[in-house]
Order: sequence, then C-alpha cells, then structure tokens
Amino acid sequence: MSALTREETEALIQEVLEVYPEKAKKDREKHLAVNDQSIEQSKKCITSNRKSLPGVMTIRGCAYAGSKGVVWGPIKDMIHISHGPVGCGQYSRAGRRNYYVGTTGVNTFGTMNFTSDFQEKDIVFGGDKKLAKLITEIEQLFPLNKGISVQSECPIGLIGDDIEAVSKKAAKEIDKPVVPVRCEGFRGVSQSLGHHIANDAIRDWVLPRREGKPFEGTPYDVAVIGDYNIGGDAWSSRILLEEMGLRVVAQWSGDGTIAEMEKTPYVKVNLIHCYRSMNYIARHMEEKYNIPWMEYNFFGPTKVAESLRAIAALFDDKIKEGAERVIAKYQPLMQAVIDKYKPRLQGKRVMLYVGGLRPRHVIGAYEDLGMEVVGTGYEFGHNDDYDRTIKDMGNATLLYDDVTGFEFEEFVKKVKPDLVGSGIKEKFIFQKMGVPFRQMHSWDYSGPYHGYDGFAIFARDMDMTLNNPCWGKMQAPWLKKPEAEAEQKAA
Amino acid sequence: MANIMIQRGSKTEYVFYLPKRDLEDDIISMEFNTPEKWGGEIKLNNGGCYYIEPQAAPARLPISLRAKRLDAAE
Repeated sequence: MSALTREETEALIQEVLEVYPEKAKKDREKHLAVNDQSIEQSKKCITSNRKSLPGVMTIRGCAYAGSKGVVWGPIKDMIHISHGPVGCGQYSRAGRRNYYVGTTGVNTFGTMNFTSDFQEKDIVFGGDKKLAKLITEIEQLFPLNKGISVQSECPIGLIGDDIEAVSKKAAKEIDKPVVPVRCEGFRGVSQSLGHHIANDAIRDWVLPRREGKPFEGTPYDVAVIGDYNIGGDAWSSRILLEEMGLRVVAQWSGDGTIAEMEKTPYVKVNLIHCYRSMNYIARHMEEKYNIPWMEYNFFGPTKVAESLRAIAALFDDKIKEGAERVIAKYQPLMQAVIDKYKPRLQGKRVMLYVGGLRPRHVIGAYEDLGMEVVGTGYEFGHNDDYDRTIKDMGNATLLYDDVTGFEFEEFVKKVKPDLVGSGIKEKFIFQKMGVPFRQMHSWDYSGPYHGYDGFAIFARDMDMTLNNPCWGKMQAPWLKKPEAEAEQKAA
Repeated sequence: MANIMIQRGSKTEYVFYLPKRDLEDDIISMEFNTPEKWGGEIKLNNGGCYYIEPQAAPARLPISLRAKRLDAAE
C-alpha cells in the first residue's frame, strides 16, 4: 500500500472517531492529528498531557511508576521502599531490565522489591511507625546500602502520613540519605508527573549533599542523564563518549549510584538522552550550578554521528578529533550492518507508540535501514515533545497522543504498517492480527539499541521480526485459497 | 502567581518555561530590556502574556522568577 495522502489520513481519523459519543469524540479529536511540517508549534495541531478519557483503554502509568519505576529504581546502591500496599512494587519489580553491575542483595538492590506491605491496620492508624521500623530493619539486613528512598503509593497521600518527618529522623539514625518521594499514583495524568516529582526530590535531597566538598575535575567531565541502561543502553553509549576523550562522571540513572549523582554538579556539560523524564533536573543544574545541557540521540549511525559532533563542538579540538576518530572507526562496521539488512528491510513501514522519547528518537535508526515511520505517538509526551517530533516526521503521517486501544487497532488495520513498535500491552493484539511487532519499551528482551553496537542489534532484531517465516503461516492450511498456494510455490 | 524560569533561546533572546504546566515558549517581547530595568509585561509566542516585577537585569540566565499571569493562551 502506498503512503496515504493528507486527505486520506484526515478521513481515516474521522472514520475512527465516528464510533465515539459526541463528547468523547470532541475530546479525542484534539489528540489525533496529521503531521504538517510547516507548523512551528505542536499545540496548533495536537493536544497532549491531558487526563485520559474515562472508559477508553489507555496504557499510561501513574506517578509512582514514573518515580520508582523510571527515575529512582535504577539507582543501584540505594534501597527503594515501595511504601504502601504490596502490589505496586511487586508487579513492577525488575520489569524494565535496567542492567547493573554488582551483587544483588549485598551491595546493589536493583531487582529486589522492598515494601512496607500496608494492611488495614496501617491505613486506619497510619504507617509511620511501620516505616521507621522498616528502615531500621533494612539497615540491619543490608548494611552496604548507600541510602534509602521512600516511594509513596496512593494510600500514603490519602491518609496523610508524614514520611518526611520519619525520613529525616531515620537519616540521622542511620547516617545515610533517606529520601521521601511524594509520588502517590493519583497525582497528575500520567507517569510524567512522577518523573517531575522524582527530579524535584533529587534536587532537594541528593544534589546539595556534596556542595563545597573537594572534587578532582577535568575539563572533559560530562554526565549522561536520562539513560536507564535498558538492556545495557547506557554502557554502549558511555564507551563512545569515553573513546572520544570525555570522562563520564555520572550515569543517571541506569547502572548509577548515589555518589555519582551527588558529583554531577561538578561536571562541565549534562548530556540528556531522555528529555521527557530528566529535563527538569538539567534546567535546575543550569540555573544553580551554571552547567549547560544538550539533548542528544544515539539511535542509528546517522544520528550518533550527528550527536557526537554536536557534543564535541562544546569542547576543544582534542575532543573534536576524538569524535571524528570514533565516527571513522565505526563507519565501516555500520556500513556492513546496513549493507546486510537494508535490502531486507528497505521500504517497510513502521508505526510507533511508545513513551516519552522513542517515538521521535528511533525514527533516524529506522531511516538508516531504509524504513519509513508512518505514524507515531506518545503515551505521556508534552507539547515540547511534539514540537520536536513534527520536524522528524514526514508530511501527512499520523500523530496520536495517548492513543486508545480501539484507535490504535483501527489505525493499524487501515494504514497496514509492516511493523508496529509499542509496549507489551499492545504486543499480543497485533501479533494475533498478523502484524509483526517489537516491544519498544524494553527492546523486547533484547538490546542494547543505543550507540553503534546497539544499532547492529537493532537491525538484526527488526529483520528477525519482520522477515520471520511465521507471518506467512497466519492462515490455517485448509482455509488457504488454491491460487494463494500456487503463488507461494512459485515464490 | 506562578514560578517560571527564563533562559536564553536560540531563535529569540529569551525562552519562557512554566514548570507547573510544562509550558516552554519563546518570548517575543519584553516590556523593559535594559541592564537597569528588566522585566515587566512579557508576551509569548503562543499568545500568552505574563508580568514579572521590573528589576535589574540578572547577571546570568536561566533564572527562576515569580510571574503573574495576565492572559494565558488556550
């Protein structure tokens, strides 16, 4: 199927909206748009970061998911208490595959679940005593922890527990940072507010801890911010930066430690990968510590080279040479990857629906493989995300914000992409529809996808999914029409 | 009153950021823009309009300020 024209795409949106009642239709209409590169500001064509409509299937998370799951969770040498009932922590435990080095349960705690396991009694009489006891117990059982964060679940805010007071008292007792985070799930419209709350907690409780302490810096210190090391992403990014001569002081927060985070105010530049979840802290550090920040994109060789040059431009000639050296070193390797997979993937069309950065960041990687992204959307993006997306997407492509289950299915039925990239909740619907699918939240249990090494894996995975022989076997043999069979034999 | 942040922009001189609503936009005009007197009514690209108390120009940007909303877009 050839690409849709602007009119066809508009008609498609109208057709999908048809089934909604009048009020819902009016609301959802604002979240669906046809991309127009001439528009400077996204808000003229699409509304985002609004409350989801009751009754539709949304796949958004909550503020707790944004704070504990995304920002705080990967800090490996801290213990993150899921304060409240047991479910929130247990069902989200280790699901994001934030890799780290260390001995789990001894000096790192990334995949473990710590919870205060609220019962009726705690809701009625308050859970502060339980929290204090829990922190003492943690200190006895896991003495090598470097700090504790208290991630509030919904009931904490509802019953009005004073976790700040408990945390301050406990911090004095155990002489380690204890950070209360007010990330109750009911706050905000999606996990996005959780990111913000988590950033604010880091700003208030972590960054000031080393102010005025000596630090042996170099002119080439940088921090990698907003890389959660999913499947090893941060490692494949970090080696490139180090190879070009920079010193990576901190990784936020994949495979990161609290000590690294405390040292971040001493770096020369903050490099932001996930803009959505960590721009707040970057802005704060720019204001308070005068550290400039820049966004970069490590998906696909074109964007990696672009980003490496942009990063190097902030430093002296030594780094600039280093960047060129790195690009030249990997260029033939990447050409080999492209030569191998491009013929198999050329011209394939992709629809994406991911979280807060990949809907625009991975477009470059697909384009390097000769593929085209025909629709993209954010679960919890804001206006500034769409501002940045409009330029990266082709004209007359689909944009959908907080897409509902129904809308997404209909779009895929009509646009007929060759590949859909989204989360686990969509995966099996589309696979049962016979559409090849990649789970792009945690790389479908593969990865890394960042950097040059990541691109080779990305290309292999896309080929493995798209050209899997199973897609030709979607119909039972006895239902196959004879001419289709003949065609297959001929092929 | 709302907490806002003003930073340097690439297209225009200043960029406005309202964290509470995650509103990031270029400032197209600022009433006073001299080293001694800086601030006043600021107009945003999206049509919004805010007021910051006129003050001496800040030594470096970005800076967090309190601003009054005169006319928000949307």
